Amino acid sequence: MDFDFEELYQAVILDHSRKPRNFGALPDATVTVSGDNPTCGDEIALSLKIDAAADKLEAVGFTGSACSICMASTSLMTTKIKGKTRGEAETLLRDFQGMITGQMPESETPKSLGDLRLLSGVRKFPQRVKCATLGWHALKGCLAESGEGKFSVGTGDADL
Amino acid sequence: MHDLAKHAPTAPDWGALRRDFPILDQTVHGKPLIYLDSGASSQKPRAVIDAISRYYEHDHSNVHRGIHELSNRATAAYEGARERTARFLNADKPSEIVFTRGTTESINLVAATWGERHVGAGDTILLTELEHHANLIPWQQLARRKGAQLLYVPVLGDSGVPDPAKVDELLTPAVKIFAFTHISNTMGTINPAAEWCARARALGVATLVDAAQSAGHCPVDVAAMGCDFLVFSSHKILGPTGIGVLYGREERFAEMPPYQTGGEMIVTVDWHDAKFKPAPHGFEAGTPDVAGAVGLHAAMDYLDAIGRQNIFEHDRDLAAYAYTRLSELGGVRLFGPGTDRAGLVSFLLDDVHAHDVVTLADQHGIALRGGHHCNQPLHRKLGVKSSARASFYFYNTHEEVDRLVEVVEKVRAFFNR
Repeated sequence: MDFDFEELYQAVILDHSRKPRNFGALPDATVTVSGDNPTCGDEIALSLKIDAAADKLEAVGFTGSACSICMASTSLMTTKIKGKTRGEAETLLRDFQGMITGQMPESETPKSLGDLRLLSGVRKFPQRVKCATLGWHALKGCLAESGEGKFSVGTGDADL
Repeated sequence: MHDLAKHAPTAPDWGALRRDFPILDQTVHGKPLIYLDSGASSQKPRAVIDAISRYYEHDHSNVHRGIHELSNRATAAYEGARERTARFLNADKPSEIVFTRGTTESINLVAATWGERHVGAGDTILLTELEHHANLIPWQQLARRKGAQLLYVPVLGDSGVPDPAKVDELLTPAVKIFAFTHISNTMGTINPAAEWCARARALGVATLVDAAQSAGHCPVDVAAMGCDFLVFSSHKILGPTGIGVLYGREERFAEMPPYQTGGEMIVTVDWHDAKFKPAPHGFEAGTPDVAGAVGLHAAMDYLDAIGRQNIFEHDRDLAAYAYTRLSELGGVRLFGPGTDRAGLVSFLLDDVHAHDVVTLADQHGIALRGGHHCNQPLHRKLGVKSSARASFYFYNTHEEVDRLVEVVEKVRAFFNR
């Protein structure tokens, strides 16, 4: 099998795509935002339960069906943001975007991204960047909608 | 082998024809390119590329307005392409051919002019569930504007065949226009266009045939078909991007208001009024895509030298071979009719998303299409988001299908490990 392809679909990624973590609706969600990728029709709905007083993303869940890159990226994202503050989630979002679009040199990718760094191979597959960022668009939407301003998200663009 | 070839002097030399396509001679990700996405856009033979270069090197000018030599040559080239297109489709006269930007613009033109004038509140527009978004949204918008009803002939599940009983039921005199695809870009279904047009005509219903997937792949004869409108794009039939065709029966064009207005389409203009030319020029405002028409002309010459019936049989055999080989793999869901299909195959692997299949195929040099193929409601009906599609042309080979099957097996092994 080809090296780039092996790098794109590593064991951890395949595992998350087959058994996505935090998968399922969140009945007592504070906010739910869905994003869709118009090129393939894939859709991801992300829900957050936010404890505003403690500034904590208390619970997170997502539903939808999508390709393995999208499922794995969203699943990994949920494991990273659960229990974090809004500020921490926003930092993660920025770092992930920098990595996935190639704006950030590979050597500077922060360790805090953890297993998400396994997705850095996506930058070699420009058509798949949208797949990797779909769940993150939903996160951006959730943070925006539960915060002050509201703005629309969800076209699956690489630019988060 | 040589003896066989001698006994079949009319059989095209497919290998030699393939060598007419410079783009096919390259490697992608270190592997020989296998281009199985002609349903999205075909590649171009040297003859088409050269015709466009020659036009720009020797004959280019604006058309219909010059007195000078180059303008005469450009006008002759442009109008020559119109005559060639009329012959390509067996239309009565060249004035029944309007050049547009492509299939999408052709359908929008009909919906915005003929549809605007003839479809009213309570009228019915009939489509099939196979329609590409290009033959769906313009009608959806028209129906909304007019308060008209939009009905679809349903397809029979994964077979992709429109239910004949439903055609009987839905094709009534209440229908103003029946717009349908000749060959489905997702399912490979070949619709009985002549039969449907004859029945529509008997009821006074206008017809539009979307020939985007058929015009370059099988004989298309508007006289035999009996349609009112027929549309296709140049880039899917070996020609350049940016130009397409709207065939309209003369009496239909005569009852249509202008579409875009401006230069080229007028007879006289006053400060507060203008008189317009009849078809075809009345529907071609502005400087047209002359080089595109020249390239399209060369493409039609090239196709007819091979014979579209020969091409149809070649593509059909290749698709049937791919369908059989893929169905033997097991765990592969195939879409479209098992027999009588055109030259494309859409499929899904159990538990593997189409994008993942297409990315891996690309790593092996194979260009597939993955997604909803501009056919979102149909995919939704089938309970899937997307599918992978291999679409063939006469430059594809059985060996390339074998490579595709090998790669599909690899995909399955990889994701099931």
